Amino acid sequence: MRGDLAKAFELRNTPVFRRAPLPKSYSDFLGRKLFLFLLTIQGLGAFALITLGVMLKKLGVARSVMQPRTRHEINRSGVALLPMFIFVALALGFLVIGQTVSALARYGATNYLGSTMVIVVVRELGPLLTAMLVLARVGTANVIELGTARALGEVEALEALGIDPVHYLIVPRVIGMMAGIFSLTIYLIIGALASGYLFAFLQDVPLTPGDYFKQLLDSLDWLDFALLALKTIAFGFFIAIVTCYHGLAQPLRLEDVSRVAVRAVSQGVIVCVLVDAIFIVLYLVT
Amino acid sequence: MNEPISLAVIEMRAATVGAMRDASLIILEDVNWSIAPGEFWVVAGQEHAGKSDLLMLAAGLMAPVAGSCKLFGSETRDFGEAELPERLRVGFVFQGGQLFNQLTIAENVALPLRYQKNLTAAETARPVELLLELLELKPFANSTPLNVPANWRRRAALGRALILKPEVLLLDNPQAGLAARHLQWWLRFLDQLGRGHEHFGGAPMTIVATADDLRPWKTGPRQFAFLRDKKFIPLGNWTTVESAGDPVVQELLTAAAGIT
Repeated sequence: MRGDLAKAFELRNTPVFRRAPLPKSYSDFLGRKLFLFLLTIQGLGAFALITLGVMLKKLGVARSVMQPRTRHEINRSGVALLPMFIFVALALGFLVIGQTVSALARYGATNYLGSTMVIVVVRELGPLLTAMLVLARVGTANVIELGTARALGEVEALEALGIDPVHYLIVPRVIGMMAGIFSLTIYLIIGALASGYLFAFLQDVPLTPGDYFKQLLDSLDWLDFALLALKTIAFGFFIAIVTCYHGLAQPLRLEDVSRVAVRAVSQGVIVCVLVDAIFIVLYLVT
Repeated sequence: MNEPISLAVIEMRAATVGAMRDASLIILEDVNWSIAPGEFWVVAGQEHAGKSDLLMLAAGLMAPVAGSCKLFGSETRDFGEAELPERLRVGFVFQGGQLFNQLTIAENVALPLRYQKNLTAAETARPVELLLELLELKPFANSTPLNVPANWRRRAALGRALILKPEVLLLDNPQAGLAARHLQWWLRFLDQLGRGHEHFGGAPMTIVATADDLRPWKTGPRQFAFLRDKKFIPLGNWTTVESAGDPVVQELLTAAAGIT
């Protein structure tokens, strides 16, 4: 049994393993799913460590090529998404925050406004919604681009030119996504809180802008800023790793790309929720 | 007793070649091959005989499953970051070109130079322009590969492999699917490189090309080998090729593939 388990982990070509006929018994089926899950965790973990290693080791290598590529990725994962995020911030403010402010005012609970907003918008909704939107817009594109590059042999071409594919293809995407999610979260939070107040103001909620923003500031402490930064950077890192791993780490054929993109997005959502859960525990502990 | 010093540029001893996509799949066994500086080899074989994988192994892009493969005297199995300068002495041209579709032809050609020497686009403009001129690619300099005819794309891939002025040039089936005019240009240009081209310092370049049709390679001082039944079989010069009775060699001498 132990030998079989070791053999399962030694399988180099996981797609073959995935295509194997499903075992008849329910326990075998679950076991196989568990193996696949562990193999994915193993692959993602190794890929994340390799990427981190390359990021640190090749920090100043080929700057004249890498800096424009990194700027392009920051633009793609951040600046280019700004119009969409302005719309989402307005929608979030009008639909959710405005109603919450009105409801709290109706029950005379405006004293809880600051802490409610900080918990709902700053700690949870802002970072998670940003991560999901960036995953959908940029993460999917990452898998398709890298999967196509892999299928067309561009990765082998980079290796033949002495260019590390992880350095050239992955590192700019990781940096771009970390910077993009961090910045967009800040804009989303500011936009949502401001438009939320605007909605409440239009509904004649008896709350001055000064009181509203003072309550928000009083409810925030340095830990919120630190954990917000860490959380958004972690979201960016893991989304980039999951999407790049699925696009690049396994040999692909062109027809595999769409299927792999769907899998990468599903796993990206799961990873984000897991990272979020870890930060909830951190908030509760500190 | 000390091992005799080998002057071979590429040397394989009892090498087992795995497939690039799945190393557990054995493509060639017991390959013994030594390439001296300045030699021009043509390795022929039928489809899926393992030509590309053999070339990948020779370039140090993958390690042998068993046996030894040395590039400039260094074992490719141990290749890491420290051996990058050795790797860069070898240029590789893929059969499909494998250009980066998001970059222009000029950017594709400039990429190795910019990345390896950390140069800006302005700093590489002149050498790239000269090379594009030499390869008659200037009209396509600012086009992306998808907007360039396949024959010219292959030439751009050659430019990308030559920009770092390598000592060894490996070409995967360079004549496949080329129009007659382009095929003649390639044969002439590779011969010039083999003799020593002034643009690349004048020293004779070591060249290895794979082929699925031997006929275009008839002229010139070349060494021939072919692949059959997982074996690498050296033949010698063209006279030996013509007199070889092996049915695979005969087929490669009459194959219509490669000439359009």
